[in-house]
Amino acid sequence: MALVSKEAVYKELCRRQGKEVQDTLLAGRAAVAGLGGLGSTIAIALARAGVGHLHLIDFDRVDLSNLNRQQYRISDIGELKTEVMAKTIAEINPLVQVRVDTVKVTPENFAGIFKDDAVIAEAFDLPEAKAMLADGFFTHYPERYLVSGSGMAGYGSGNTMETRKVARHFYLCGDGSTGMDQAGLMAPRVGICAAQEANMVVRLLLGIETV
Amino acid sequence: MITVNGREIAGAEGKMLSDVMEAQGFDRKRIAVERNGLVIPRNKHALTQLADGDHLEVVTFVGGG
Repeated sequence: MALVSKEAVYKELCRRQGKEVQDTLLAGRAAVAGLGGLGSTIAIALARAGVGHLHLIDFDRVDLSNLNRQQYRISDIGELKTEVMAKTIAEINPLVQVRVDTVKVTPENFAGIFKDDAVIAEAFDLPEAKAMLADGFFTHYPERYLVSGSGMAGYGSGNTMETRKVARHFYLCGDGSTGMDQAGLMAPRVGICAAQEANMVVRLLLGIETV
Repeated sequence: MITVNGREIAGAEGKMLSDVMEAQGFDRKRIAVERNGLVIPRNKHALTQLADGDHLEVVTFVGGG
């Protein structure tokens, strides 16, 4: 394996976006809540973009049923998603400091888990969990930013998916309606939603609040 | 008049947000409710009285992630 210094990685990132943008992103703190199809893709996108502090939360282990859309491999089956993703990110961008919480988020532990995160990307699968996260966010941290995803199942047109500002500090990506009870989840459309969420996180970290 | 997702709802003035959400058929475990630009946490729904001119936007989450 080629040895690459952190300095070389930093220089290369700065060459693309400029030092000011890169330094802002490297100082940024984002949480990814859930490391499934959305969250694993969001986490890798943010790591590649050089968001400096990523907080990854998931309680689950990699399963064969994940491989159709999530950023894991056959050799990862049985491992904790948090640990696999931390290793993957370390090999992509050593400038990123990853903190993991292998825990199920509940209304009771919410405030403690997210206390240091400026922006939270919601990446759960169940609608009740998505609503619970929004609820915890607006109960405890309404001055921060929440980027959520809803409606990404199937293989309908990708052009129906968008980023919407629903309320102050609350953004929603996806088509808003196609749930996993209507159609199976598949990598491309889940990936569009994940990329929309990741892009909104980058924008917010750079101080841009418009979609 | 009160609007919910752009639709006018008659007779909701003075009612509690939780009652109006249930009357409109929303599953309160799957929604986030925004009132005039601010999200109201679920534990405040039963304490939030709606007033004439309120605009509610209700996000109903669907599964997938």
